[in-house]
Amino acid sequence: MAISVPQSQPSNVKAAITVRNMTMAYGSFILMRNLNFVVRRGDIFIIMGGSGCGKSTVLRHLIGLKEPATGEIIYGDINFTRAGPEVREQLLRRFGILYQSGALWSSMTLAENVGLPLGEFSNLKPAQIREIAALKLALVGLKGFEDFYPNEISGGMQKRAGIARAMALDPDILFFDEPSAGLDPISSRLLDNLILELRNSLGTTIVIVTHELASIFTIGNNCVFLDAESRTQIATGDPKELRAHSQDPRIATFLTRGEKGGDLTQSHG
Amino acid sequence: MRQDEQGEVSFEQASDATLVVRLSGSWCLRNDMPAAALLAEQLKAVTPKRVLFDSSPITNWDSSLIAFLTQSSEICRAHGIKQDRGGLQDGLRHLVELAEAVPEKTGARSASVRPSFLTRVGNATIGYGHAVGEFLSFLGELSVALARFLRGKARYRRVDLLEAIQQCGAEAVGIVSLIAFLIGVILAFMGAVQLSQFGASIYVADLVGIGMVRDMGAMMTAIIMSGRTGAAFAAKLGTMKVTQETDALTTMGISPLEFLVLPRVLALIIMMPLLCLFADLIGIFGGLFVGVSMLGLAPGSYMRETISTLTLTNLFGGLLKATTYGVLIAIAGCLRGFQCGNSSSAVGDAATQAVVMSIVMVVVACGLFAVVFNILGI
Repeated sequence: MAISVPQSQPSNVKAAITVRNMTMAYGSFILMRNLNFVVRRGDIFIIMGGSGCGKSTVLRHLIGLKEPATGEIIYGDINFTRAGPEVREQLLRRFGILYQSGALWSSMTLAENVGLPLGEFSNLKPAQIREIAALKLALVGLKGFEDFYPNEISGGMQKRAGIARAMALDPDILFFDEPSAGLDPISSRLLDNLILELRNSLGTTIVIVTHELASIFTIGNNCVFLDAESRTQIATGDPKELRAHSQDPRIATFLTRGEKGGDLTQSHG
Repeated sequence: MRQDEQGEVSFEQASDATLVVRLSGSWCLRNDMPAAALLAEQLKAVTPKRVLFDSSPITNWDSSLIAFLTQSSEICRAHGIKQDRGGLQDGLRHLVELAEAVPEKTGARSASVRPSFLTRVGNATIGYGHAVGEFLSFLGELSVALARFLRGKARYRRVDLLEAIQQCGAEAVGIVSLIAFLIGVILAFMGAVQLSQFGASIYVADLVGIGMVRDMGAMMTAIIMSGRTGAAFAAKLGTMKVTQETDALTTMGISPLEFLVLPRVLALIIMMPLLCLFADLIGIFGGLFVGVSMLGLAPGSYMRETISTLTLTNLFGGLLKATTYGVLIAIAGCLRGFQCGNSSSAVGDAATQAVVMSIVMVVVACGLFAVVFNILGI
């Protein structure tokens, strides 16, 4: 692998996202409580845990699609949870989000998908927008696919087009929901390289929901580990450190696919 | 192995304390299988300390045998009797152990307990309360979006508007003409039976003309558009919700209501009166067809009678109704689409509910119009 991951970040890096005492609930059903973690600028931050423990729900909270039952989410020094609609909209424009299913707008071509945010939030002329859209698509390896509709390309290509759209406005923070789900090992490796490239060249902070161990160790340099049974986070930090040093059997089992940490059936929520 | 051979179980008292459960024959899901209840009955009759399973005479087995064994071992556990699986083949024993490896999650089954009648009534009432709240907030947001549109600040794509206009305008002309023509014919027949008794067949023209223009034109167009366009809106928006496309708009700072609902509402506001006008005309031709072919009226006098009886008030009353119905259909379709759950069956439900809701709202609105027009003397 050509790109090296910085193993440690200077401790004075400013926090990009701070989550403080967040509880997530559907009505009276509490999904996760007491979530506390900090995503530093330039981090590739992994939200991990077993299936169905609420990883994607954490992401939905971070991007404002759901409100925390208690606690707050702070971006830089702006309190996202307490902010008014205008401030929130400003913040949202600095995010790029790749949804689990790609969520490309099916009635628009790829170029229109990528160009829509540019058309809405910039003063560029249509021809310029098309050029930038073509550039963003070229960055994810989809040169020449500008006039295809999402249902005419493969799942992996849809994922990459989704990334191109997420990058349209050169966001400060990129969120990825299960980016490698449904991709073959090579595509998912290429996607990992792309994510690293984005962080290293643009300095984008990246938050990823995933349980792909290969990706977690290749690109992640910080993480939060959610546990379905105790309904809270049980660890934070560098995933490689956690694998090497964690004493918690639940984490060791997860990060080694059950080779360390003992009984598989007991520790799986 | 013979297909008709069945799995069998027999019991044998080996010594005082041990019951041997002997499994024989072919245990196959396609054949009938003995119930584990046999063992329970056997355990009532004799009370052994230990149960030994023996599968050596068995010829063939699949998951039916594993199901029998797991049920049996639950019965043994309930009676506090020790089990000996030494007589089972290795593969079989491993599968039974695998099925019992993860203990049943406590509380997982209690969720499906049917709540009491009062609880259900209470929940349904609270649900209706929420639905009314959601409806009102949707109306409020839509009004804000319309206000932004009037000030030229709304975010939507012209292409979407044109596409919606084509979908709920031009493409609906065929079905609207067919239904309107038939309604004209039906009105004419209904009138002709009575009016010809008095030798007043020419008044069929009045009946059809006023009937179509005042009410039936708008009403039938609305019913067709509910089924056609209302359902399409709900299905489209519902699918976009399932595939997270609406989320993608929201998190980009684009209001899905403005971007998706506004063009659809505008399209129906623009196209419903035009379709209604068209339906009125075709309906009158339907009446003319019956008048000329069945009642022997002259086409010229039929049209003169129609023109002399219709007023602009009738016409604009009908068009006003059509526009209102259009707004109601768009609201029902888009609201149900936005409320759609996260599965493909939810999209189907949303489309059904959209059609039901829009037809009900259209008929209720029609009744209100009748009362108001009557009071105003129109």
